[in-house]
Amino acid sequence: MAKEKKGVRLEHISKIYKDPKTGKDFYAVKDANIEIEPGSFVTLLGPSGCGKTTTLRMIAGFESPDEGEIYLGNEPINALTPNKRDTAMVFQSYALLPHYNIFDNVAYGLKLRKLDKAVIKEKVTDILKLVGLEGMENRMTNQLSGGQQQRVALARALVIEPGVLLFDEPLSNLDAKLRVSMRTEIRKIQQKAGITAIYVTHDQSEAMAISDKVIIMNKGIVEQISTPQEAYYYPNSKFVADFIGEANFLAARVKSQDVVEVDGTELACATGNIETGSDCSVVLRPEGASLADSGSIKGKVEYSCFMGAYQDYHVRVADSLLKIQEYNPKNKKIYSVGDEVYLKFEENTLYAL
Amino acid sequence: MAKSQSASLDRKKLLGDPIMVTTIAVLIVFLTVFILYPLAILLVDSFISDNGFTLDTFKRVMALSNFRRAITNTLKVGFLVGIASALIGLLFAYVEVYVKLRTRFMSGLFKVVSMLPVVSPPFVLSLSMIMLFGKAGIITRFLLHIYDNSVYGFWGIAIVQTLTFFPVCYMMLKGLLKNIDPSLEEAARDMGASRFKVFMTVTLPLILPGLGNAFLVTFIESIADFANPMIIGGSYDTLATTIYLQITGAYDKEGAAAMAVVLLAITLVMFIVQKYYLEAKSTATLSGKASRERMLITDKSVTVPLTVLCSALAIFVILMYICVPFGAMFKTWGYDFHLTLKWFGLVFSRYKGFKAFKDSFILSLISAPITALLSMIISYLVVKRKFRSKGFIEAVSMLAMAVPGTVLGIGYIRGFSGGLFGSGILQGLYGTGTILVIVFIVRSLPTGTRSGISALRQIDKSIEESAYDMGADSFKVFMTVTLPLIKDSFLSGFVTSFVRSITAISAIILLVTPSYLLITVQINEFAEKGSYGIACAFASILIVITYGSVLIMNLVIKYFGTSRKVKLED
Repeated sequence: MAKEKKGVRLEHISKIYKDPKTGKDFYAVKDANIEIEPGSFVTLLGPSGCGKTTTLRMIAGFESPDEGEIYLGNEPINALTPNKRDTAMVFQSYALLPHYNIFDNVAYGLKLRKLDKAVIKEKVTDILKLVGLEGMENRMTNQLSGGQQQRVALARALVIEPGVLLFDEPLSNLDAKLRVSMRTEIRKIQQKAGITAIYVTHDQSEAMAISDKVIIMNKGIVEQISTPQEAYYYPNSKFVADFIGEANFLAARVKSQDVVEVDGTELACATGNIETGSDCSVVLRPEGASLADSGSIKGKVEYSCFMGAYQDYHVRVADSLLKIQEYNPKNKKIYSVGDEVYLKFEENTLYAL
Repeated sequence: MAKSQSASLDRKKLLGDPIMVTTIAVLIVFLTVFILYPLAILLVDSFISDNGFTLDTFKRVMALSNFRRAITNTLKVGFLVGIASALIGLLFAYVEVYVKLRTRFMSGLFKVVSMLPVVSPPFVLSLSMIMLFGKAGIITRFLLHIYDNSVYGFWGIAIVQTLTFFPVCYMMLKGLLKNIDPSLEEAARDMGASRFKVFMTVTLPLILPGLGNAFLVTFIESIADFANPMIIGGSYDTLATTIYLQITGAYDKEGAAAMAVVLLAITLVMFIVQKYYLEAKSTATLSGKASRERMLITDKSVTVPLTVLCSALAIFVILMYICVPFGAMFKTWGYDFHLTLKWFGLVFSRYKGFKAFKDSFILSLISAPITALLSMIISYLVVKRKFRSKGFIEAVSMLAMAVPGTVLGIGYIRGFSGGLFGSGILQGLYGTGTILVIVFIVRSLPTGTRSGISALRQIDKSIEESAYDMGADSFKVFMTVTLPLIKDSFLSGFVTSFVRSITAISAIILLVTPSYLLITVQINEFAEKGSYGIACAFASILIVITYGSVLIMNLVIKYFGTSRKVKLED
């Protein structure tokens, strides 16, 4: 559908804001280097205030970067106003024009491009069909539900066939169930249209579900750019490990390549480039270990709770309290608070930072 | 860390938008030439003589005893009027928000009172005050048989101004009281405080900054008021009238300029305190939304005295307005109460009534759409856009609010009678209808801008961003999104500016030439001469015009306004 898939490249992009309380300048985004492949779905992910929306708005042109250059395809676009950029944005608040009906909302961008009336009608009808809103052309925006309004916003952005589609937390105003079904739909439509998409969210499961790649940001700094799987299994930092899914950190020391010592016990663990002999943190996902009567590391159960899909434990090992989730508890031995247990690690699950 | 790149990029983006750049440039030129320049020229006039900087002009006017008296007079009146208006305004606001009004008649009264300042021409109350309480006053002479009562002077001005300005305070304080979360007061009641105690310890402290704000706004209005002191002041001169007499009577242009600077300095200081200190404070304490409906006071010992007091005041004010058309219909006010249309006849036959109404009407009708559009553009730029000179545009258009009409009038005389800086450029403007239209625009711009800004703040920023993002340039965004969404505010700005213009007098009276006859100037002239029948006839027709315009506006907004379409099936 899109005439041309465009990639986006951010080179050393920084944005400086003034803190309204202290009056001091600070980096909202600092030295971001991001390369987004044409046709891919990329998510900017991070807690509020991490700079993800600022980054998106710089790509759209609403904010100007203080350092660096943004390229759309091969064209530098820093000095272009939003209306001259080949991007279309889906806003968090939908931002539909309340004085227009659905048809006119979707046709707005096409009319600006001075297309023929018949062409506009055809395109609008097609796109409304794609987002599942056929026959709603004459409704006013306030006669639609939140999910339907979001579809109009999406249709409006898609219909002008932009090089890049931008999403600014588009689902955060919807209820949890609708959020899940809408995100799959957005992903489907994006793949059908074959369009480059950049998506901002603070919801890590949303990011995992729809992205080819996630860009994890924290305090204005890009922490990691990778596939969702890599970010989960091989996080670059404690922040990423903690933000993507749940993580326990065990203080350890690298004994040799891929072997660490935790609390006097040697364990197999991917150590990457960490030097032998140095201290490290071992990342343990809650589902990466199970409890047993014998095994490598000894601990004591401090909390045990049946959650349906899994049994939730807190196990005290030396100074740290580890969260362990044992799935399918029906077939397993259940430990109670106060029990002495051993941790058994699944193969290939430990990762040292 | 330097923000230089984003600043230069923002500049580049702005320059890529020629319509926007032109608009901003035109606005800056307009504001500079027609607001800043005339004020600056007053300073030049009063501080610079042939020998350079001097304080001689100031020393000279300060030596005039009538000027020194005018300063104290003005401040005394302003102070009293400010306090009285704020208190009466508070009474009305409190009764409306807290007390259960039993009849529709009562709520109707409140509505009328809140409408009056919008539609009423200045000095209408002065006229009726004289006709009710003056030497030939119906109440004083016929009901009380007092034959030598004088309404002229301090008390006359103070009463008339209070009755004219308190509705403004009432509207301001009503907004604040509605924002108080009822649970705050309920909590205090619950802990055992009496209703009076709650008012003194919770309600009053919460709205104290707002009360101060109302006081200052009225204070400024009072000292800037020209029409009422002119008609009912008698020999009690205020700054505005003294300045007027200094230039029209004594032909002392430098002296009048220096006096105008003094008046401007007073209003500016008040305005800055009000705008940047009190206004922020009064809303900051009450930013919370009311969590639910307030339990209205139904206790008769509270409701009866309060409502009786309010209705008495409201009925009194309404009576004063009604007095005007009767003044135009009695054969001889105070002596012969036979109804007649002779005054209306005289207005149109001998006193060129048609020309006066045509001139006033056309000039106001030209200025109204320009003012409305200009104020919407300014509000759009101020609220929705980022650019360097934004602060300048906002500050200057708000500054116009603090400039008394008389000061502006003197500034225009000094600034344009010889062209810009006496160079002859724009001299052609002086004495024309165009300069009257410009004065109308400048005088109404701040109100329009203020309502535009508050309307635009309600609109989610991303709605315009989305249009911009779809490929619309600033002009398209403004025309297809912003303006349709604030159509109501535009329409009310249009009508407000029309009404303000057609009832304006203070600046206009200094600038109007014999080729234009304006209604307000006529009313002033006849009222001063004591021809109350003619003055009332003019004023009645003017009230009909202004009231009619407001009614039409309300109908248009009801049937064609944005809110109706957008909220159609909510």
